[in-house]
Amino acid sequence: MIVARDLTKTFQDRKRGAIQAAEGISFTVHPGQIYGLLGANGAGKTTTLRLLATLLTPTRGTAMVAGHDVTAAPEKVRASVGFLAASTALYGRLTAREMIRYFGRLNGLPDPVIVERIQRLADELEMHEFLDRRCDKFSTGMKQKTSIARTLIHDPPVMIFDEPTLGLDIMAARAIVKFVRDCRARGKTVIYSTHIMSEVEKLCDVIGIIHDGRLLAEGTLPELRARYRQDDIEEIFVTAVGPGPAL
Amino acid sequence: MNFFRMNAHAIATVYGKELRDMLRDRRTLLSMIVIPTLVMPVLMLGVGIVSYKVVRQAKATTPTVMIIGGEDSPAARAALAAHERIEVVPTTADWRERISDKKVRAAVELPPGFDAALERGEPAVVKIYNYEGEMRSAFAVSEARRFFDDYRERIVAGRLEGRGLPATLVKPFQVRTENVAPPEKVGGNVIGGIIPYLFILLAFTGAMYPAMDLTAGEKERGTMETILCSPVARGDLVLGKFLMVLTASLGTVVFSLLSMALTFMAGGSLLAGVAGGASAARTAAAGAAMPVLPTLDPLGMLAVLGMVLPMAVLFSAVLFAISLFAKSYKEAQSYASPLIIVIIMPAVVGLLPGVELNARLALIPILNVSLVSKELVSGVWQWDYLALIFGSTCIYAAIALGFAVRMFNREDVLFRT
Repeated sequence: MIVARDLTKTFQDRKRGAIQAAEGISFTVHPGQIYGLLGANGAGKTTTLRLLATLLTPTRGTAMVAGHDVTAAPEKVRASVGFLAASTALYGRLTAREMIRYFGRLNGLPDPVIVERIQRLADELEMHEFLDRRCDKFSTGMKQKTSIARTLIHDPPVMIFDEPTLGLDIMAARAIVKFVRDCRARGKTVIYSTHIMSEVEKLCDVIGIIHDGRLLAEGTLPELRARYRQDDIEEIFVTAVGPGPAL
Repeated sequence: MNFFRMNAHAIATVYGKELRDMLRDRRTLLSMIVIPTLVMPVLMLGVGIVSYKVVRQAKATTPTVMIIGGEDSPAARAALAAHERIEVVPTTADWRERISDKKVRAAVELPPGFDAALERGEPAVVKIYNYEGEMRSAFAVSEARRFFDDYRERIVAGRLEGRGLPATLVKPFQVRTENVAPPEKVGGNVIGGIIPYLFILLAFTGAMYPAMDLTAGEKERGTMETILCSPVARGDLVLGKFLMVLTASLGTVVFSLLSMALTFMAGGSLLAGVAGGASAARTAAAGAAMPVLPTLDPLGMLAVLGMVLPMAVLFSAVLFAISLFAKSYKEAQSYASPLIIVIIMPAVVGLLPGVELNARLALIPILNVSLVSKELVSGVWQWDYLALIFGSTCIYAAIALGFAVRMFNREDVLFRT
């Protein structure tokens, strides 16, 4: 479960001064639920997810992730989280097996458990063919599967996805979407950020619309449709954030 | 206890992965193994042979000298021209420039009426013009001086004889210096001072590439975010990575040392062939296997390694911290490259003649190790300075490492955009 309370992050920029990347963000995600964080580029999605994954420390507020406080026990939070982003790459000079094993060890798993889990993940994700090849020679699909296995090796109860389909082709993106659904089916708590409306529509149980670092609206798709009197998610989004800058 | 074990396990895991990763990287192997292994023999043999040959050639060629004035002193001129170790060339008006241009090695100025003054027993001054600091010019000067010393002695002897006095009246005894070191070692000893410094430079260059690759390189490739979202504590992560940088730095030094030892062992017979001509066979036969290799005290060399150890920690930590700040590999390179000047400067100062170790200089990083190493390899042990330098370098290293850890805990550094 994820409970974010008043999560706020202020960056100091030498030229632009204080930047509110996230301001007073509060929401709750339950196990077996996919929470979609929908926002344009620079809306504060990545900052919010990085705060949850303890890559960043909040300026104010906090969050409980799988029962651990992000500010008080960041290492325990990270041990309970699988974090997958377009920006989380693989070590090119390691093989897929070495990459997954490395993260298993960093999560404190004993080697026999790691061996067994790699076997199972490779079965599920059909990775056997390239398991002992170096990651820098991988196709996008192989990289993706290895990244997924890397996030799952410690079987975390919470999954955080930061625009995982960014830059992927349709087939690869579909595989990710399927994987996210599987996570939900296994009862994991899932938070998923994207700027792609259709993904939100297909995937998310609860949608949070984020803009300028603030969570402007939150609810299930039917709830949002009712509140904004719009059927189309894109129209809902535009109505929620207000008119953009004129071109 | 359990906490400590967990930490050590995490650090070892990170270190093990980085080591495996680095050993698969051609660039690291190049900077850690290939370059130091090649640099040592090239430097030791190459520079040694070249300096040896230059000195020998300079000694073998007769220096050219011009005579200024002395048109009214044919006796002195003729004697000078007859001196076989000097080649007198026709005097030109631009003799000063010719000396500067190294066309002529020296000029001898005879005062007007020199012959006549000697006849009358009046004092006279002969001037020798040279190009200070230039080896061949120095040879010309010493030959000219030797000639005039002999010439004076002949005149003195003639005068004494004329008065019926013994030659020992003005020369009660003689002084003679005799060189016991083979002349070839002169060239070798010059680079003897450079060798320990080379370890300092290699400790730096060895750390440079991995430091950039493990920090800015990871940011650029997107693996930094991947590793940061693992539960490993940042402190453990930075230590594991830092140990890898240190390994590369020390690895570079160790490989260069091994290569140096091999050069010493294998170089002798090789040199006998290279050092040239008839002397080669003689040298080999005499058992003087390494005529041009520097004379280094082996125990002193080990002590130099001991001094380089905290220095490698210092370099690794500094390079790690500044590379971590960079967003990309290129940016890291532009920060790290100017540092080479910072490394070279103190070493150059340390190699200057006359710069000697004192308590204040012993606190200046790099310069202190450079200076003390020069003494160590020649077998001089100054324990108080050694302790001071080792201690201060350890403190600088600890500060730098603390700084690197702090940088790694700053999210504005890790996620700098």
